[in-house]
Parts: sequence; C-alpha cells; structure tokens
Amino acid sequence: MEFNFNSTEPLYQQVAEQLEEAIFTGSFTEDKQIPSTTEISKQFHINPATVLKGMNLLVAKELIEKRRGIGMFVKVGAVATIEQQRKESFYADYILNVVTEAQKLGLTEEKLVQLIERGYQNGTN
Amino acid sequence: MAQIKIDHVTRKFGKNEVLKDISFELEPNKIYGLLGRNGAGKSTLLNIMTTRIFASSGKVTMDQQSVVENDDILADMFLMSEVDLYPERMRVEKIFKQAELCYGSFDYKKAYKLAEEFGVKLTARFGGLSTGYHSIVKLIVALCVPVNFVFFDEPVLGLDANHRELFYQELLQSYEERPRTFVISTHLIEEIAQIVEHVFILDQGKIVIDDETQAIIDRSYAITGPKKAVSDYSVGLNVIGHQTLGGLRTDYIYGDLDDERVIPDTIKIEHVDLQKLFVYLTEGSVNYVKE
Repeated sequence: MEFNFNSTEPLYQQVAEQLEEAIFTGSFTEDKQIPSTTEISKQFHINPATVLKGMNLLVAKELIEKRRGIGMFVKVGAVATIEQQRKESFYADYILNVVTEAQKLGLTEEKLVQLIERGYQNGTN
Repeated sequence: MAQIKIDHVTRKFGKNEVLKDISFELEPNKIYGLLGRNGAGKSTLLNIMTTRIFASSGKVTMDQQSVVENDDILADMFLMSEVDLYPERMRVEKIFKQAELCYGSFDYKKAYKLAEEFGVKLTARFGGLSTGYHSIVKLIVALCVPVNFVFFDEPVLGLDANHRELFYQELLQSYEERPRTFVISTHLIEEIAQIVEHVFILDQGKIVIDDETQAIIDRSYAITGPKKAVSDYSVGLNVIGHQTLGGLRTDYIYGDLDDERVIPDTIKIEHVDLQKLFVYLTEGSVNYVKE
C-alpha cells in the first residue's frame, strides 16, 4: 500500500480517501480487518488522532465498522457502496468539469461528444 | 491530568529581550510543534520551562504550581536538548541507569530495543560516539523516562534520513503505547508537519501562531494569477508574502478570505503547506545577536 499525500487538502480527508481507494481496488477486502491507527500512524508519520478522524469519516460513510476490542473491519457490501457513491458524484466531479473546460476552449457540444466517442474507441479497457 | 501554563514569560540577556511576554498552554497527551528561525528563542523557552534557566518575569506553572524549585514537577518533565550533559567517559548503559536514578524508573526493555534498532552499543562511551549518536542516545532516554511531558530541542540533529524515519516511527509508537505530551522543536518542518497536532510559531521572541495544525493550513492560501487580478483580489487581506514570475503573481495569505468577493476565472486559490507558511511569516526577521 502506498499513500501519496499532497500538502493542501486536509490530511484526515486524504487518509479517508486513500483507505477508500484501497477498499475499492480490493487491497483491503470485505469482512477483513484493516490496519490499525497505530500501524498507519507509525508507517506514514501521521498523528494518530488524524488517522482516527479519517477512519471515522469512513465509519460515517458505512464503509468500515468497529468491532469492539479487535479493530476496524471493512463492511460487507462496502465495495458496492463505494461504487454507488462514486456513480452519484460522477456527474458533479467529472462531467461538469469537462463541460466547463470544453466551453472555455470553445468546443461545441457536438465536438465534445465526438471526443468522448474517440476516447471509447482508443480506450485501453 | 496535568497541564502546563506559560504565563507572560519574558527573558532578557543583558539588553537583548529574547522572549517577549510569551503565554500559551500545553494540554495532556498532545504532540506539539515549536517552530522558529535560528535565534527566535525556542531553546531559551524550553530551558525556562524546565528551569534550566529562569525567566526575567512571568511564570511557568503545572496545575497552578510554579515549576521553580519544585522537584515533583521537574520529575514529570524531560528536556532533550542540543547540549550534551553526560560525561565523555560514561557508558551508554550507565546513562540509562542514571536516568532511572533521576526519574525513579526507566523502561529498560524499550531502551535496549531502541539501542539495537539504532545500532548503539550499550558499552560504548558517550564521548566516543558521533554527533548523530549523541542525539540518538538522548532520544532513547527521552522516550524511556516515565514523564508526562517530553520536550525535544532539535531531536534529529545529525541523524541520517533512515534514523530520522526510525525516530518518528518510534515516537508515534511510544505515544500510542503511553499517551503523553511531546513538544518538538525543529527546523525540519516538512518531516513533522503531519505528526504534530498543534503548532506554535515563535518569531523574534513572540508567539505569532498558536493553533491546531489543520486550522493553520485551512487559513493559509496562495492566490495565483495575472498580477492585476491577484492584487485586486487580495487587497485588504492579510498578505504575508508574494512571488512574481513575469506577469504572474502569487500572493500568500494567512487569514480568512472575503467570501463576498468574486473570484475571477483567471486566478487560482490553493492552500499552502506549513513549511511555506512558516517561511513567509518569518521572512526578513533574522535576529542579530547583540553584544
């Protein structure tokens, strides 16, 4: 696992995002334990309170759950939840930005659709 | 739980006022960063807190009791400083024993483990060790004494990158095992930016920032764009520095932005990291040592 931190976004959010990504890509599997705050804190030199705050974001998003006395576990169904959440934010996160940029460049709607089609044709997967 | 309060502390060396009316508090079980340029007064402040030297005025208290001539309080604090206080001929294991005598107990198990990890021979004489290893021996002692307040003055002086990494890991491990208050005074801001929960910035003998690390970052901005647009946008805001590159300008701001102001398309607003903020806040404030 690799954390890549930038210095400008709140650190606890980045911790949450990185953990979420690890769950989504299957590095942490459902119903299995994720590393403890101590492990993450130690390995990446992050204050344990920050790590915990990040984890709590994921608890609130119902992606992980605390099992008393053992640690944090990936919830069953977490991957599906992430997919659902990402689909919902896809429009706001990507489409709106693409359209804004296209308008700045003076690309017509038609041209943009053509570019998307080209993307599908050349796409690797 | 004990709390340390620094109350209007001023310290003069001759006519030179090194600390000017400093006040802040240290809460239990938190990791603090104490940042400042060379000569800002960091070491003086830590020395006063541990009564190695005295304040010219003001006081330091732990739970309303003055730290001065109070053995109980002093036994609850440890200052790891740049100065080497151990006799040259003293062996490392003897240094551990001495710490036990001074502080009543000592975590030998941890000390031996750390000594092995850092590659310190227990039978080595202190004077025969390099600068880096002097720091390491002192760090080991700092992490193994049973105190609730540990102050590090330049803890990683002379340590190579591997040993610095190891130190930060062991510090966090030790903090998780037994939460207590740490104050880390260092110039390597990037290395501790994610570790410290709260930051004090000392500039020319004054505390200019005393806030949670995240809150500080949240209030630090870099506004980049065409000169005119940037200047127009940041007028009246707390601009602490700027950079220009041809017609491009970046204003660094510490404080709240004006939500009412329209942000032009041509400018970009980003947050600044702790190190950059520090550099701009303390720019041009080199202290000249006066005779």
